[in-house]
Amino acid sequence: MSQLSLKVEFGGGIELLFSKKHTITVELPALVPTDDSTDDQSLMEDTAKEKKPANLAYLVLYLRDRLLTERAELFVENGTVRPGILVLVNDTDWQLEGEGDYELKDKDNIVFISTLHGG
Amino acid sequence: MAPKICALCRKSKAMLKRPKTGQQICKDCFFYVFETEVHNTIIQAKLFKPGDRVAIGASGGKDSTVLAYVMKTLNERYQYGLDLFLLSIDEGITGYRDDSLETVKRNQQQYDMPLKILSYDELYGWTMDAIVSQVGRKNNCTFCGVFRRQALDRGAAMLNVDHIVTGHNADDIAETVLMNIMRGDIARLGRCTSICTQGEDTIRRSKPFKYAYEKEIVMYAYFKKLDYFSTECIYSPDAYRGHARVFLKDLEAARPSAIIDIIHSGEAFEIKDEVKATQKLQQTCQRCGYMSSNALCKACTLLEGLERGMAESGITDRARKRLEAEGPAPDNIRTIPFFNPPSGQPVVTVEAPS
Ligand SMILES: [Zn+2]
Ligand SMILES: [Zn+2]
Repeated sequence: MSQLSLKVEFGGGIELLFSKKHTITVELPALVPTDDSTDDQSLMEDTAKEKKPANLAYLVLYLRDRLLTERAELFVENGTVRPGILVLVNDTDWQLEGEGDYELKDKDNIVFISTLHGG
Repeated sequence: MAPKICALCRKSKAMLKRPKTGQQICKDCFFYVFETEVHNTIIQAKLFKPGDRVAIGASGGKDSTVLAYVMKTLNERYQYGLDLFLLSIDEGITGYRDDSLETVKRNQQQYDMPLKILSYDELYGWTMDAIVSQVGRKNNCTFCGVFRRQALDRGAAMLNVDHIVTGHNADDIAETVLMNIMRGDIARLGRCTSICTQGEDTIRRSKPFKYAYEKEIVMYAYFKKLDYFSTECIYSPDAYRGHARVFLKDLEAARPSAIIDIIHSGEAFEIKDEVKATQKLQQTCQRCGYMSSNALCKACTLLEGLERGMAESGITDRARKRLEAEGPAPDNIRTIPFFNPPSGQPVVTVEAPS
């Protein structure tokens, strides 16, 4: 089964929620459970779960469940990134890429930037 | 999904959706429209005249970093003829301001502008760290706000500038409109949308980013790879403003024009003269010479409280009475050096049309 290797960057203060890391690499299977579960078991190739192509909405939940170290409510609200956090897909505003519906491709670069921190 | 083409040049790939207009545009067109809109704001409000000395209030954060970059760009492109300076206030907050000042120092090199840093410690003899250790975390923002306002004016006077520009953006102003409505502060509501304010003895202050959306400022900084610092102040517990901010972001997500609509609503309120008249007459602080609505300015009152170990006295009337009951201020307490505003200031409060 094919794997996706994604470069994920955090800026504008959002990195504080991810152990102050600015850049991480996330490995995801190209197909993920339809029910959006993110545990290791559900991500195994031989799971009985129904699968769908991994999209940006799934990545957001995966980051929240697996890598976020504090205050999840500052990152995700109502199942998507909180208003005030900008998302870029390969340097393009995710609003032009279908937002959460964007299907991830291998080597994609995804950037999250908070606009909520002081000016 | 097929790449979208820029709505302006119809050549390059669109990289962002403008919140104000919904237009999908490429990086170069975005730089051009963002800068041009700021330029138009500056021209329409007649903010500057050739030869003006202008200080950019620089915190190292996104807004003031982008402002410094854009002011430099526009000053060169349109030959404003301005002398630009960076002015930073060091509140003395370990782990916050010391890091952001490093960013400002790099900006000084990158933008080739003179930098003045004025510290609370130098001006008041107290760092915010020391203030918080005495007053705790409840009223510290009151001290910081009053001290910062006066420090900016004093720093500007030391630089002998005519004008201070700050990075307040459209989201900040919309947030302030909402907060003034929620607090019923109608006099402030009338003033908070002005692009330029000037009080007696204070230096002109303006907000060239009044109509610039926060999203675009952050996108601009990201695409230009500008060097900015982003950590929330470790002492900032302004929960009320925090709620207003989240509420505004939720509104914006539902309808992006909400920000500009709220600013327009704020501008459209007609404040009755009686309300304006409730603002106290301005005088000069008898201790430090700074403008004040009482015999002592707010900063001198707060500083006296700190020096006499009764920090609350600058906050509540009851504590103030207790302090007064102990007699006049002793001679040996620290006071703020006397303020000499730059010459040529008008004596009346004027507000430029916006
Ligand atoms: Zn274009
Ligand atoms: Zn005073």
